[in-house]
Amino acid sequence: MPPEGTVGTVSPKFECFDEPIVLKSGARLDAYQLAYETYGTLNSARSNAVLVCHALNASHHVAGVYADDPDNVGWWDNLIGPGKPLDTNRFFVVGVNNIGGCHGSTGPASINPTTGSQWGADFPMVTVEDWVEAQSHLATRLGIHRFAAVMGGSLGAMQALQWAISQPQRIGHAIVIAAAPKLSTQNIAFNEVARQAITTDPDFHGGNFYSHGVVPRRGLRIARMIGHITYLSDDAMAEKFGRELREGVYKFNFDVEFQVESYLRYQADKFAERFDANTYLRITKALDYFDPAAAHGGDLSAALKQASAGFLVASFTSDWRFSPARSREIIKALLDNGLDASYAEINAPHGHDAFLMEDPRYHNVIRAYFNNIAL
Amino acid sequence: MTPFDTPASLSGRSDFIAIAKWIKPDAKVLDLGCGDGSLLRHLKEARGVTGYGIEIDDTKVLACVKNRVNVLQIDLESGLSEFESDSFDYVILSQTLQAVRHTERIIRDMLRVGREAIVTFPNFGYWRHRLQILGGRMPVSGELPYEWYDTPNIHLFTIRDFENFCGTHSVRILERVVMAEGRPVNFLPNLLGSLAVYRFDEGGRS
Repeated sequence: MPPEGTVGTVSPKFECFDEPIVLKSGARLDAYQLAYETYGTLNSARSNAVLVCHALNASHHVAGVYADDPDNVGWWDNLIGPGKPLDTNRFFVVGVNNIGGCHGSTGPASINPTTGSQWGADFPMVTVEDWVEAQSHLATRLGIHRFAAVMGGSLGAMQALQWAISQPQRIGHAIVIAAAPKLSTQNIAFNEVARQAITTDPDFHGGNFYSHGVVPRRGLRIARMIGHITYLSDDAMAEKFGRELREGVYKFNFDVEFQVESYLRYQADKFAERFDANTYLRITKALDYFDPAAAHGGDLSAALKQASAGFLVASFTSDWRFSPARSREIIKALLDNGLDASYAEINAPHGHDAFLMEDPRYHNVIRAYFNNIAL
Repeated sequence: MTPFDTPASLSGRSDFIAIAKWIKPDAKVLDLGCGDGSLLRHLKEARGVTGYGIEIDDTKVLACVKNRVNVLQIDLESGLSEFESDSFDYVILSQTLQAVRHTERIIRDMLRVGREAIVTFPNFGYWRHRLQILGGRMPVSGELPYEWYDTPNIHLFTIRDFENFCGTHSVRILERVVMAEGRPVNFLPNLLGSLAVYRFDEGGRS
């Protein structure tokens, strides 16, 4: 028995799909694989499934640990498990790695069947719409006709919103956390800095670095650093590191002096170890492209016309990348359509990353919402 | 069945009972400062209404979610820009008007968003309040339970004040109930009533 509150040891599963998927770009994948994990038990009515969508740098490993890697805790483990806000005693939770990813689903590092070598630069662009379509095929494969809820934070929340738009019959509730209906200009600009860091790294080789036996580490590291800074608030960084020096005195050189430098370098190293540069580039583009209102003349309310899901929308006051005002744009569109919707604006200091933190005000709302989802 | 399926209690809120009588079945309702969502929950169950509550307090927002009431954690004072004009049958503001800073704007917003508006407020002209003022102290009562130094109420007013306001702001009063200790008051309401409940619309518009 796993300890109370945790799903315990988990293992990834894989499903292969031979039906081609035509992507929004017009490109086509003849076959693809999805990596996923599940926690809890699908009930006999198959009505208790919850899909958890990941954001920029996460994966299908949402909760629990791996037997051979006990330190690798799922990225939303504080929210998901027996007795937790998303209670796996009641719900069957599915985490999935999106296509274009680098954690077991078909992506740029996979073998291109046409050439017999890794896709690299040739891997097509993917969009939130493409991900939702692939996720819906996985749901069908798992015998899930309709999700009780689809939940995500940040880019994951965009997928939950897209589910409500493009699969209205297959989603009961959308739980949309730290979201935006489309990226702001500033957000796209930050993504472009990250992409430039990667693509100008001499080890990038136009995206075909696999065959050179190298990884564009410098680019990935800088991309991660800039991203990480924007996911935190000024106050949260000041609180965590202040101007603290590692050795207490200035050394008048470019070694690590301030604690925040040390932290950024550590995070960057960890990230460059495990993340694929081509995946990072494509996921940032998927973020930039997401704009469900665009097909409706910029009218998000019109985009949500077919939606029937109940919504829980949550934002965090210190999140300056996906600010509360952006969530309120979503709320307005939900109200215009008379959809059931609740909105929590959590006064939290951590910035965008607050959606990953354990804050009782935030978690209690999520728990209460899930408790009231009828199965 | 969950613990939330028991009917919401309206006890202690006699204005809620008056409001519930006015609301037409299946109406669309916006409840500003909705607290724990009891009123909306009751209206949903008894009148089949749909709608949303607005609440700023974390604990009350959570209570609304537990109560299965749509709640939006928005500061009333920042306006109702999320809401389209005429998108609700009723906009309710219960026992909150005396605590808002931008009184005129709220009333205007209520009448823009709703076809009709309902407000309830403690009557500062209630005789017990007058007596306490005569005694040289700020009133503390069932409807005004706060000391002067910890009260959220910044715009205290009387029934007569409110009706004057309506007259000068082209607000048409459609119905009024005045109460004291949960009972209707028909005689000298500004003196004998402690709580007033009004239904009104924008005069001359419809």
